[in-house]
Amino acid sequence: MYRTMKKIREFETKAAELFAEGRIPGFVHLYIGEEAVATGVSANLKDSDYITSTHRGHGHIIAKGGDLKYMFAELFGRVTGYCKGKGGSMHIADADKGILGANGIVGAGHNIAVGAGLSSKYRGTDQVCVCFFGDGSTNQGTFHESLNMASIWKLPVIFVCENNLYGISMHQSRHQAIQDVADRAVAYNIPGVVVDGNDVLAVYEAANEAIDRARNGQGPTLIECKTYRHRGHFEGDPTVYRDKEEVQEWLEKDPILRLINYMLENNVATEDDIKNINKEIASEIDEAIKFAEESPFPPVEAAVEDIYTDIVEEVRR
Amino acid sequence: MIKTITYSEAIREGMRKRMKENPNVFILGEDVGEFGGCFGVTGDLIKEFGAERVRDTPISEGAIVGCAVGAAATGLRPIAELMFNDFVTVGMDQLVNQAAKMRYMFGGKITLPMVVRLPAGAGTRAAAQHSQSLEAWLTHVPGLKVVYPSTPQDAYGLILSAIDDDNPVVFMEHKLLYATSGEVDLDIDPIPLGVADVKREGEDVTIIATAKMVHEALKAAEKLSEDGIEAEVIDPRTLYPLDKETIFKSVEKTNKVVIVTEETKRGSYAGEIAAIIMEERFDYLDAPILRVCCLDTPIPFSPVLEDYVIPNSNDIVNAIKKMF
Repeated sequence: MYRTMKKIREFETKAAELFAEGRIPGFVHLYIGEEAVATGVSANLKDSDYITSTHRGHGHIIAKGGDLKYMFAELFGRVTGYCKGKGGSMHIADADKGILGANGIVGAGHNIAVGAGLSSKYRGTDQVCVCFFGDGSTNQGTFHESLNMASIWKLPVIFVCENNLYGISMHQSRHQAIQDVADRAVAYNIPGVVVDGNDVLAVYEAANEAIDRARNGQGPTLIECKTYRHRGHFEGDPTVYRDKEEVQEWLEKDPILRLINYMLENNVATEDDIKNINKEIASEIDEAIKFAEESPFPPVEAAVEDIYTDIVEEVRR
Repeated sequence: MIKTITYSEAIREGMRKRMKENPNVFILGEDVGEFGGCFGVTGDLIKEFGAERVRDTPISEGAIVGCAVGAAATGLRPIAELMFNDFVTVGMDQLVNQAAKMRYMFGGKITLPMVVRLPAGAGTRAAAQHSQSLEAWLTHVPGLKVVYPSTPQDAYGLILSAIDDDNPVVFMEHKLLYATSGEVDLDIDPIPLGVADVKREGEDVTIIATAKMVHEALKAAEKLSEDGIEAEVIDPRTLYPLDKETIFKSVEKTNKVVIVTEETKRGSYAGEIAAIIMEERFDYLDAPILRVCCLDTPIPFSPVLEDYVIPNSNDIVNAIKKMF
């Protein structure tokens, strides 16, 4: 799990640099600070299980087994990217790994996750679907529709709320009248669990229980992970809505530092082990960026392909 | 086997056929199960296939469409029924931003074989929120296919193709056609999406009409025939992909075109068809293309008002007479 968290951190740190240098176009929403959530949850998942993700999706994709090469290539808009350069940061998907897509519409993944859960149940498989989302999306109708549907049909869906305290610039205390999103589970008669989202082991345990329930036909769970994004909503966000003390407080609760301390204190790993992992990750990232930058852009004609399975639209004449 | 059945039964028989053949085909929607569908289209299917495959849903249109997206992305072939065309607005994010775009955004690495059935159209005295024809919104979106049959046979052949298609297909059904009946060959091959049908041949003017307006156009053609004007009536059947070749062939022959749809005229798909003809066959036109559509109003409740805003055969005759 340390490796996954560190990989996410380094991927995102590089993405921030590349974006600042103008080498990555578009929007980038980084997952730095929230790594324990995707990691702790996904450590319980099989390749065949599904996830739905959000605009802040890089971490979920890496944790579910996404390949950094194809991820960077997609961020660079190259033909070798996960989506052949047609999706970008907010739409990375990999059906082979059960990744049903990052998503640019806040709250849209909830409904799709219910569909995937229904599909698993219908086909009689033991696949589960984890739906990742932020606190902001819990005010969308889709959140309520989906919890309701998953509950009445006892679907194998695990709703994982990454409560990072802000819906873009709006503090949770201003966007909803509750402190714990998990309270909303009561309305749908499903378990609602609050967990320290910066403690990867706690997240792992909570997810493990919920996933077991889902696999055993006992239906959905809402897990709320209290966490924080170190960066703004998007790269370039001046974050005028947060004060320095608050940010500092959360930096001290950094989930990766916390795991390192745990590992060293409990003799799970040595400093050398950690250094070695870090070195391996650094070289994996360097290689992935090299792969991406050396990859060609898609030919312009590709713009009219892949809309339908059987129709190619007209090119500009 | 040829049977005389209604438009509504034809859609049901098409769904029944595919559900029998393929266990991955299932229906979900509001009141589609025991109740048999708001307009009775799913009827007795629940008896044959059970509640898992003819699945009643809560009143959550966004989640119905989204559920179909998730199911289609993971190996099933859902048919989602929304009770009224008008309610697609509630599920529009899932249809437009998810279903229509997923394949493209994901670089062609996913297929979404799903059908969204939409009972559409006016004339039921149901007023402004239960009577619209929103095909222009739907055809506007790359990634969706849009079908709108006018006869039981077409409805049967097209629902088979819609279910077989590996892309999201919006299957519009005109509510006033549900009870209309006709001979249906239940053994026909599916009618391919994107193939128009010439419902009446004629030399003098081309009427392109959809759904219920096909029947108004045919009535108009009979009236015009009494005055020596022979109209050709073309039913595109599929709005996207549009069978341009059949339309162009007719335009080249008649040199005059009237497009009749039940949409409000402003921003209508009728306008799109007109623009395509103008761009690609302008030299063949002897007169400006005319559109006969609903007036640019919400659909009113009072029968006298509703009948006034919806186009009928007299409106078509009047429009065409101005061309001669």
